[in-house]
Amino acid sequence: MNHSISLTVNGARREFVLDDPRVTLLDLLRERLHLTGTKKGCDRGQCGACTILVDGKRINPCLALAISHDGADILTIEGVARGDQLHPVQAAFIAHDGFQCGFCTPGQIMSAIGMMREAQAGNDPERIRECMSGNLCRCGAYAGIVDAVLEAQAGMDESNQRRSA
Amino acid sequence: MKPFDYVRPATVAEAVAAAAQPGATYLAAGTNLLDLMKGGVSRPDRLVDITHLDGLDEIEHLADGGLRIGALVSNADLAHDVDFAKSYPAVAEALLSGASAQLRNAASVGGNLLQRTRCAYFYDTASRCNKREAGSGCDARGGENRTHAVLGWSENCIATHPSDFCVPLVALDAVVEIEGRNGRREIALDDLHRLPGSTPERESALEPGDLIVAVRLPPAAGGFAAHARYLKVRERTSYAFAMVSAAAALRIENGKIAEARLALGGVAAKPWRARAAEDVLRGVAPTADAFQEAARRALADAKPSGDNAFKIELARRIVVRALILAAAGTPARIPALPASPFATTSGAIHA
Repeated sequence: MNHSISLTVNGARREFVLDDPRVTLLDLLRERLHLTGTKKGCDRGQCGACTILVDGKRINPCLALAISHDGADILTIEGVARGDQLHPVQAAFIAHDGFQCGFCTPGQIMSAIGMMREAQAGNDPERIRECMSGNLCRCGAYAGIVDAVLEAQAGMDESNQRRSA
Repeated sequence: MKPFDYVRPATVAEAVAAAAQPGATYLAAGTNLLDLMKGGVSRPDRLVDITHLDGLDEIEHLADGGLRIGALVSNADLAHDVDFAKSYPAVAEALLSGASAQLRNAASVGGNLLQRTRCAYFYDTASRCNKREAGSGCDARGGENRTHAVLGWSENCIATHPSDFCVPLVALDAVVEIEGRNGRREIALDDLHRLPGSTPERESALEPGDLIVAVRLPPAAGGFAAHARYLKVRERTSYAFAMVSAAAALRIENGKIAEARLALGGVAAKPWRARAAEDVLRGVAPTADAFQEAARRALADAKPSGDNAFKIELARRIVVRALILAAAGTPARIPALPASPFATTSGAIHA
């Protein structure tokens, strides 16, 4: 039996017909939309490489069935920059060498964006490490990742202050 | 993954009817179920998707002073609800000590209660497991079992229940609301999970079609907010299941313990309420000696199920530490490393 679903992906509404309900959100993004920036690491919810935002919240799409997310609003790494202008978190990862091989980086960046929206960690490095523990980096670039998140968080705090001033 | 039929019921009644069929199972977030299905551990014929049902994702303050938490409220939304964290701090701390931020954003309250054991032999379909396949045997018994149960286990199964959330909930007398083929009923959370005995494949009191629709905290559960902690030892400080954990909650009046609540995690096939320990704490001053005696009583019936005798002593020490931290007072803010005995802010003395 075929199932029709619609998703908003990086701002564009997309319709899909699924001939099998087993398709995960991760495989749908990679295989049907060819949005391969979202990485398939463990495929079992342990590494965080596939982290995306669904309705504004970071989740592991490897453990989510596409069919169950009919109507969802999805943001992937391909949707965070504005043209050539990098998202502040992307720029901070480059400035602080927040990666080595780069495989975990899209997931790290999406997780950091999600974490900043959750507003639980603030500028406390210990809370940032804890709140980012769902993203593994096999190269061990954690020090640079935390520095990058701290800088992005500081930039966001500053622009919020400017806005409220 | 084995093929399955997918149904999306419009009402709770439709969901119950669809899930009562043999081979059917409920799908909420799927963070545990899909993992099990990918590994061939769970092989349902039909998934009944309840995520689009209305009315199951609310946190409701009841007229009697209790709280009703819808089964589809996410672990993160519950833990970060300011009123909830203030009234039930040990529950919030337990939630935040579990899984990762991504998983907490997805995982539901009902799903947390019904998550399956993390026993490696349950996960490995080449191993014998009485829980996965009734009557096949238990390879954990003579295998790698340092993380396994020390309370309530049987020769047929030594697996533990992995939930953090359930531990303070069972200490606070949480009630589970269930919609089934014969209508609505409720049971104590303490009666939801079963000990293995000779039927480890039967993990809960739920019957086919039964749907957990809410978890309720009774009015008295809010009386422990000033002295409540969850403490969890794991093999890494974040994003790991409990080796041993404890939820301790005290009501202290005029320097004496008016009432104590204590439960352990990671030690049995269910969240383990330690009533004998609670009894010995009633009416006494919150001293280290009293806490030592409580810990002794909590683990009085414990026995190793394999290479895990160390967990018994570890559990005693975690009980004492959790009680000391609870007596000292709930911190104004949940520590940066929730439930960690190694956190820099409080509880930094090693367990």
